[in-house]
Amino acid sequence: MIDALHYEFIQNAIIAGILVSIASGIIGSLIVVNRMVFLAGGIAHTSYGGIGLAVYFGIPIFLGASLFSVGAALLISFITINQKERIDTFIGLIWAVGMAIGILFVDMTPGYNVDLMSYLFGSILAVSREDLYFMIALVFTIITFVTFWYRDILAVSYDSEYALLRGVHVKLFYTLILVFSALTVVIAIKIVGLILVIALLTIPIYIAEKLSNSLYSMMFLSAIISTIFTLFGLFISYNYDITSGAAIILVSAIFLVLFLIFLKIRDNLKYS
Amino acid sequence: MNVIDIKNLTFSYEKDTILEDINLSVKAKEFLAIIGPNGGGKSTLLKLMLGIERASSGQIKIFGEKPSKSLTSIGYVPQNTNVNTNFPIKVLEVVMMGHVGHKRPLIGYKKEEITCALTSLKQVSMEKYANKKIGSLSGGQRQRVMIARALCSHPKILLLDEPTSNIDTIGQKEVYSLLKELNKTITIVVVSHDLSIILEYATSVLHVNKQAAFHDISKKRKFFTKEEHFCEVELLQMIGNKND
Repeated sequence: MIDALHYEFIQNAIIAGILVSIASGIIGSLIVVNRMVFLAGGIAHTSYGGIGLAVYFGIPIFLGASLFSVGAALLISFITINQKERIDTFIGLIWAVGMAIGILFVDMTPGYNVDLMSYLFGSILAVSREDLYFMIALVFTIITFVTFWYRDILAVSYDSEYALLRGVHVKLFYTLILVFSALTVVIAIKIVGLILVIALLTIPIYIAEKLSNSLYSMMFLSAIISTIFTLFGLFISYNYDITSGAAIILVSAIFLVLFLIFLKIRDNLKYS
Repeated sequence: MNVIDIKNLTFSYEKDTILEDINLSVKAKEFLAIIGPNGGGKSTLLKLMLGIERASSGQIKIFGEKPSKSLTSIGYVPQNTNVNTNFPIKVLEVVMMGHVGHKRPLIGYKKEEITCALTSLKQVSMEKYANKKIGSLSGGQRQRVMIARALCSHPKILLLDEPTSNIDTIGQKEVYSLLKELNKTITIVVVSHDLSIILEYATSVLHVNKQAAFHDISKKRKFFTKEEHFCEVELLQMIGNKND
């Protein structure tokens, strides 16, 4: 494994793993506390439509997926703000239609032979330098967002009605959280793929939430836990030649089970 | 000048009329209890006063201004403080949400804002819990934190929606004696269905069930000594007597 560190693609993979973990730790925390997990799942799957379009029109996959998933985020934000009932039905609809569009365009692309599985389940060992630049830019933007607007984000997430009364632009922040979720999903596609991304946005966050007493520490801890899981998963993926997404998610799931057992034992000791 | 002035207010949601021709004027340092059946429009009336909902017709003036212009003069304590209890947030952070969003520093909170929030917590005797996670408090303690949050902007009116609906009887007493104390300097409007408790503290009562009926009970109270309590029958008789 140490020898492998000399390869550029391994270095890129490790850097990408860390960057995605930071983004998903921060944004995943916001998704979980705002109860947007289902919305994020919708956005993730819808982004497949963007991949299909990008393949068909020959534009960069990252760009296509970003535009399409941000579009999906704006649409979902509009629906959740304005539609009073059956929001889940509409999200489910967008979710499926997005994927269908993706499949349609991939089918229509002549001579298409890129491995589709890599978008669905991750292909971290094929991270390019441009991918890394995109990831760095996004992580930087997200950190700026949560640093300068922490109190607004906190107010909107904890009690949006009250935040509105205090003059916070609730709809704007709600929409921004969804847009950042969309972009985080896009960079996470490289690491775990769009089907498994939801686990990366929830498992480390669930553990961090139990150990935190503020949103800030939850984000920080989520990023660290997520990094550990991702690098550990990568290691296994490389050594045993397993798809990176599956390896990372299963590592996370095993740690989650161990963590739940630990909590159970701790609580039993406390009350016995 | 009246603190709150409502004239011929009507509010409809889709085709249903929720409130019809409401008239109300609240004077400074009054303790108004808004009572009435569920679905009668109590909470809606409160939301109209806050400017969260818009009236279909008629007008509401808070210190002679539209509700949306009086954000700082109104403190609001919402219903259901038991929601979102798993949220990783400290008591102090909850209270600091009460500051209005202007004159803010680039990052985080100003020193004065923290001092101000701690003072509010002290007012409700919760300063010891400033760094505790909000979910670790009892219902009554959490309610006092919400009151502290409302006090953070130094309001002249405090609006509370069912402040005791989720807490035990000891907690209820604590909340109401706190409100009585605060009432020495600010006007209080409470939506509640706990008739027996609220009427020990209120100076006036508004019964809302689509339409509204106002009763001044401050003079009635004088007939009772401190140890005595109103029983509900007396209360209802008192409110029912339209000739006084």
